[in-house]
Amino acid sequence: MSPERPLDGPLLEVRDLTVEYAVARGSVGAVDRVSLNLYPGEFLGIVGESGCGKSTLLFAIAQLLSPPAAITDGSVIFKGRNLVGLTDKQLASSRWQDMSVVMQSAMNAFNPVKTIGAQFKDAIDAHTKWSREKLRERSAEVLKLVGIDPVHVNSYPHQLSGGMRQRAMIAMALLFTPELIIMDEPTSALDVVAQRSLMVQIKELQQKLGFAVIFVTHDMSLVSHFSDRLIVMYAGQVAEDGATRTVFDSPAHPYSKGLLEAFPSIRGPRVHMTGIPGNPPELINPPPGCRFSPRCPAVMPECTEIEPELYPVGDVQVRCLLHQKMPVKKDTAHV
Amino acid sequence: MSEQLIRTEKLTRHFQIGNAFSRKTLHAVDNANLEINEREIVALAGESGSGKSTIARLLAMVYQPSGGEIYFRGKPLSHLKSRKDVMAYRGEVPMVFQDPFSSLNPAYRVSHGIMRALKLHRPDLTRDQQQAEAERVLEVVGLTPPAEVLDKYPYEFSGGQRQRVGFAQALACRPKLILADEPVSMLDVSIRIGLLNLMANLREQEGVSFLYITHDIASARYVADRLVIMYAGHIVETGPTEEVLGNPKHPYTQLLLSAVPDPRAPLNVTAETDRGEPPKVVNPKPGCRFRWRCPLAVDICTDVTPEPRLLAPRHSAACHVAKQDASLVTLVGAEQDGTE
Repeated sequence: MSPERPLDGPLLEVRDLTVEYAVARGSVGAVDRVSLNLYPGEFLGIVGESGCGKSTLLFAIAQLLSPPAAITDGSVIFKGRNLVGLTDKQLASSRWQDMSVVMQSAMNAFNPVKTIGAQFKDAIDAHTKWSREKLRERSAEVLKLVGIDPVHVNSYPHQLSGGMRQRAMIAMALLFTPELIIMDEPTSALDVVAQRSLMVQIKELQQKLGFAVIFVTHDMSLVSHFSDRLIVMYAGQVAEDGATRTVFDSPAHPYSKGLLEAFPSIRGPRVHMTGIPGNPPELINPPPGCRFSPRCPAVMPECTEIEPELYPVGDVQVRCLLHQKMPVKKDTAHV
Repeated sequence: MSEQLIRTEKLTRHFQIGNAFSRKTLHAVDNANLEINEREIVALAGESGSGKSTIARLLAMVYQPSGGEIYFRGKPLSHLKSRKDVMAYRGEVPMVFQDPFSSLNPAYRVSHGIMRALKLHRPDLTRDQQQAEAERVLEVVGLTPPAEVLDKYPYEFSGGQRQRVGFAQALACRPKLILADEPVSMLDVSIRIGLLNLMANLREQEGVSFLYITHDIASARYVADRLVIMYAGHIVETGPTEEVLGNPKHPYTQLLLSAVPDPRAPLNVTAETDRGEPPKVVNPKPGCRFRWRCPLAVDICTDVTPEPRLLAPRHSAACHVAKQDASLVTLVGAEQDGTE
């Protein structure tokens, strides 16, 4: 399941990335010191509730944030280059060619008055000069890759169904065979059958072409069979980070556990569920100590005082005092 | 067996689409036979565009049927003519909407929606009684303290709480049946279960029936007694939830169940994938609407629209190919009328 990790290190290295939104009452830390490594060919799932910062994190990695959001700390090292602070011009060579983004509302991301082929051409023209034959050939090729009949090069977006538009969007992301594709809930507007087939297709393409994927979703069960690694985010922080199967089989953070238990299943006994009580915190004024403590079923007195770090539990990193190996004294609590 | 509350007979709704030069008919719902009993939660599931919401709107009298009839406690709705009768019906069958962020007016306090429902549908109550009733329904849906909640504006609530306000408004009408159109699909995963539990509680405490419209089969299983599966405007399968999930008869139901993501299930990425799309039901010809995607399709499927047949106790499916349970063949014998 886990891809072989080449010796030349991670494709993407995110270190202590912090994103803040300026608001009238000060600033809101939407992403708080998130670090992650992504290796070539790896499929990373990021899950969390709305407002947990998962989309902001993606935008920050792709350098697509616009005011009032800004990266205030940390680095995003992609193929050895720190993307933070680069100008659009400097970024242009990476975008589409090395890294592409498929947005949440990808269904509506196409220009309705231009054909699919014309929009592919726009993306290509921005980076390179290809002859018309090569352009047509490559457009047909990527459409075939995602299972769309190449005649649709000349179709307008409204002539395609939602699932096909979503696939065409992924085809566009594949034009230059990038090494990283970032996907922000690409399946949320589709129904289960189309969703399943799209996921299977993304996985097949990934195995065939070897690109790495960061896949953001609020639906934890969706990525369960597809991602190699899973990051659970809560209130702007990484709550748990580990191999997908491990996180699903033995969730270490009470939040991941609660999230998993909040899904009814179509199999097994019908059991009463409670979900997670309460609501995610407002990030302008996060609760002291552990941010999940007000909703946590396993809360301890020290949880409201000590802010937990990520502690290793086997191969998994968990931000929870339950998994703190050594008792932490006050002086290390605020590192 | 509890008493029947609402029943539809060959309920049909068509829409005219296209311009003056190309008039076309979109068949949103065709010949739907559906029934909901007292204190019953019925889940209506299917993909987007299958006609689920159209059925809810027909039941809410937002749309008039193009054909067929709805019977509420045995009385046909087409006979409701006076405004008073229609209002009374709408009070008994209110709707809860999908999007809690746009279904509450941001300019009014919570009290506005609830008091309005009370004034319109229960004018016999005095002001004090209305106030008391408003506080009671808020408490029932779990928004406390009710007196303070009444004075708040929608922006002060989270999505889950807003949806509870939606349920409180519906409850203020003293309903018999709440039409809940995807009430949890806009909410966060950790909040959804709370709302589903609320629906189950309302059934227990207030004796309300629900038509729970969803595309999430797992949540349907969690709350619903009976499951109705729609495909392209047709009801393709109905039956007790566990029976349908454990013994799906219609190939579409089988496909739908195989597509539900389930972390507890073993990994089976290799499972055959269906890339078909639901058909647009514009000027349809007879025949099964699933036949293009159906692995079992035979010749008759192209020519004859399958009627629902009883294939297991209380469990029927509209498919030419699906097999009847052996137990039922001996059981039903003569009185095989098939339509439920």
